[in-house]
Amino acid sequence: MTDTSLHRSLPDRLDNPLRSALLSWESLLVLVAVVIFIVNSFASPYFLNAWSLSDLTFNFTEKALIALAMALLIIAGEIDLSVAAIIALASTLMGLALQYGADTPVLVAIGVGTGIACGAVNGFLVTGLKLPSIVVTIGTMSLFRGISFIILGDQSFKGYPKSFSWFGQGYVWGVISFELVLFVLCAVIYFVLLHRTNFGRRVFAIGNNAVAAQFSGVRVDRIKFVLFCLTGLMSGVAAVLLTARLGSTRPSIAEGWELEAITMVVLGGVSIVGGAGSILGVVLAAIIMGLVTFGLGLLNVPGIVMSIFIGGLLIVVIALPILFRMWRQRT
Amino acid sequence: MTDQPILTLSGISKSFPGVRALHNVSLELYAGQVTALIGENGAGKSTLVKTLTGIYQPDAGEITVNGQKVTLPTAHSASAAGITAIHQETVLFDELTVAENIYLGHAPRTALGLIDWRKMRSEARLTLDAMAAGIDPDIKLKELGIAKKHLVAVARALSIDASVVIMDEPTAALSQKEIEELYVLIDLLKQDGKAILFISHKFDEIYRIADRFTVFRDGEQVGKGMIADTSQNAIVQMMVGRPVEGIFPARKAAIGKVVLEAKGLSHPTEFDDVSFSVRKGEILGFYGLVGAGRSEVMQAVFGLTRPSAGTLALDGATITPRSPADAVEAGIVYVPEERGKQGVITGEPIFKNVSLPSLGKTSRSGFLRLAEEFALARTYTERLDLRASSLSQNVSTLSGGNQQKVVIAKWLATLPKVIILDEPTKGIDIGSKAAVHDFMAELVAQGLSVIMVSSELPEVLGMSDRIVVMREGRMVATLDNEGLKPETLVRLAAGIIEEQAA
Repeated sequence: MTDTSLHRSLPDRLDNPLRSALLSWESLLVLVAVVIFIVNSFASPYFLNAWSLSDLTFNFTEKALIALAMALLIIAGEIDLSVAAIIALASTLMGLALQYGADTPVLVAIGVGTGIACGAVNGFLVTGLKLPSIVVTIGTMSLFRGISFIILGDQSFKGYPKSFSWFGQGYVWGVISFELVLFVLCAVIYFVLLHRTNFGRRVFAIGNNAVAAQFSGVRVDRIKFVLFCLTGLMSGVAAVLLTARLGSTRPSIAEGWELEAITMVVLGGVSIVGGAGSILGVVLAAIIMGLVTFGLGLLNVPGIVMSIFIGGLLIVVIALPILFRMWRQRT
Repeated sequence: MTDQPILTLSGISKSFPGVRALHNVSLELYAGQVTALIGENGAGKSTLVKTLTGIYQPDAGEITVNGQKVTLPTAHSASAAGITAIHQETVLFDELTVAENIYLGHAPRTALGLIDWRKMRSEARLTLDAMAAGIDPDIKLKELGIAKKHLVAVARALSIDASVVIMDEPTAALSQKEIEELYVLIDLLKQDGKAILFISHKFDEIYRIADRFTVFRDGEQVGKGMIADTSQNAIVQMMVGRPVEGIFPARKAAIGKVVLEAKGLSHPTEFDDVSFSVRKGEILGFYGLVGAGRSEVMQAVFGLTRPSAGTLALDGATITPRSPADAVEAGIVYVPEERGKQGVITGEPIFKNVSLPSLGKTSRSGFLRLAEEFALARTYTERLDLRASSLSQNVSTLSGGNQQKVVIAKWLATLPKVIILDEPTKGIDIGSKAAVHDFMAELVAQGLSVIMVSSELPEVLGMSDRIVVMREGRMVATLDNEGLKPETLVRLAAGIIEEQAA
């Protein structure tokens, strides 16, 4: 026995915050982003140009908005594969409303509202009926896009008003687009929500051990429901931006985006089994994805090759954190 | 029948970090006889079964089968040595057919080395018919009820040609009629010359079916003999026979008014008509065998499950906790038995574990304040003398006892009125045990109400002011802990009718 009469005070922490920051996944992502940036600027003479770089941001902002909410959902140990289908449904319903003469505020409300409603459906199926989220959202993925196909057939909706197009094509100041401003704003909000609030702390607790979190008085189902609604909300927002940018709605809109959003989340260092991750990592991963696809585009790499590249990236990214952790455990 | 045992264990010892599970135990099993293995929870029975089935390796000692010394490094080597076990929860495969389950791992082969399905089915049918089981060998196991699954397990034991059959609480999930059918099977196995090790908590069963008995206590063998020559009282004496006083904190109870009162709590399957009250400054013990429904009652009080009937009142006001969050808000907290799964959030540091239910207090309008969290965590972990290097240490790197301190610290920080401790010292070392006991005494001295679920007799008797005994989902008795004999509790929990002669 050690001497218990001596007053022992436990220190807050022992490790050096600076050292752990330098060894973090985020630092590695910064390094990767810088390298790709430099490679891009050598590979294409058109890359280092304010308007090129502004165009580049459109490559990731919409998907990254979804990835922000998806990150919280995956940290809590759940997943939403229906996000791209939510975009399709939201965009279709906006187009339908347009046919009945809806103006811009109504269109935005319908887009965002559809997103929240779809998220609530997912959330109810997962928390109310206790179904696994991967199964639920594979189902709603087909369901939401299916509704969109029924409404549209092989048609498309066109003729969105100019004031609506501004959300996807407008610039707030110089080369700074509305989409970029919105993304930065949302990134800050999600950073605070995840890392600086009670809500975020509970999200991590749920992802680490949902049972123990519930036994600790955390309202697990309520928080998961909110997370599904938030993911739906961000998908609705992305639907508004994308529809406004493209100026048209087809049922195949945003196909495959769920995988790109999830790739951003996982590349950002969020553990696919939940319990760990950061918003900073997701933002950096989004930028990297934007840099890579834009760089390949500048080099006239065809879309099909790009999807091979994204697929490869996803596998590498899932393997890399595991190897990285093994390496860190050894040091 | 010979007097030579088929299976002999001698000097078997097995330790786990901080726990001595078996110490120099011996056991003999005889052909055509049933030997009952008797002991309290934690006496080492399960460890012994796992040693015999090749799951655990003993640290010392010898196992001989038919006079030949054997080692059992794997489950497969145990079955090769003729030892098979039928568990509480049968370990069979739902998606396979009955015949496949019976012959899994030792299926008859054709000349080509392929499985001889025809022979397998017909032999399975022969075995099942010999048992009068009335089971079609071609249906999937999942279509059978628990009792029939046991029959399949027995058929498997017969087909392996095992000489030793271990039955670990085989009757736990069976109805009275099914138990009778099991007795018939056991007789069948006896006639077949098998040596049977029968583990049960129920004395009526032991006296009905066993020929011999062996009693374990705290990992040691404390007695053995023939059932016919021994009274139930004598066996109970062996099970509990040790002084229980002395190691528990002496305290004077200053008991106040009723804080929590449960009336007629019922659940469709787990418990029925449970009523109890706990007063300010009181420790209420819940004693019973594993599966008596004690934890289930506590989980209903904590809002994890909804009772189908009954009421709860806290300080005289009716409450209906629909979730643990509701219960915590009301002032009822629960330290679960499954510490690693339900108690601590492994993967998170100590301070986050402690502050989790108290975030409302440490934060300002929903935003975290780390300094407050560290202060809170420090205050309560130091009261419990937590051994850690820093508050940011991951809880998964702490010992069981220290993890338990983190769970208790977490709840104390919420300033609860009632703290429920479910097997609070299970699987933790002696030193931490004493710390938890001391702390419980301190809690009630400060006016908290404590409910302690425990299967350890010394703990229940040493700590409780009053004791509720449960058996098979029902309350059997509520007793004042004054001059209470351990034998009384064991009898009530096991359902032994008081012997007049004693």
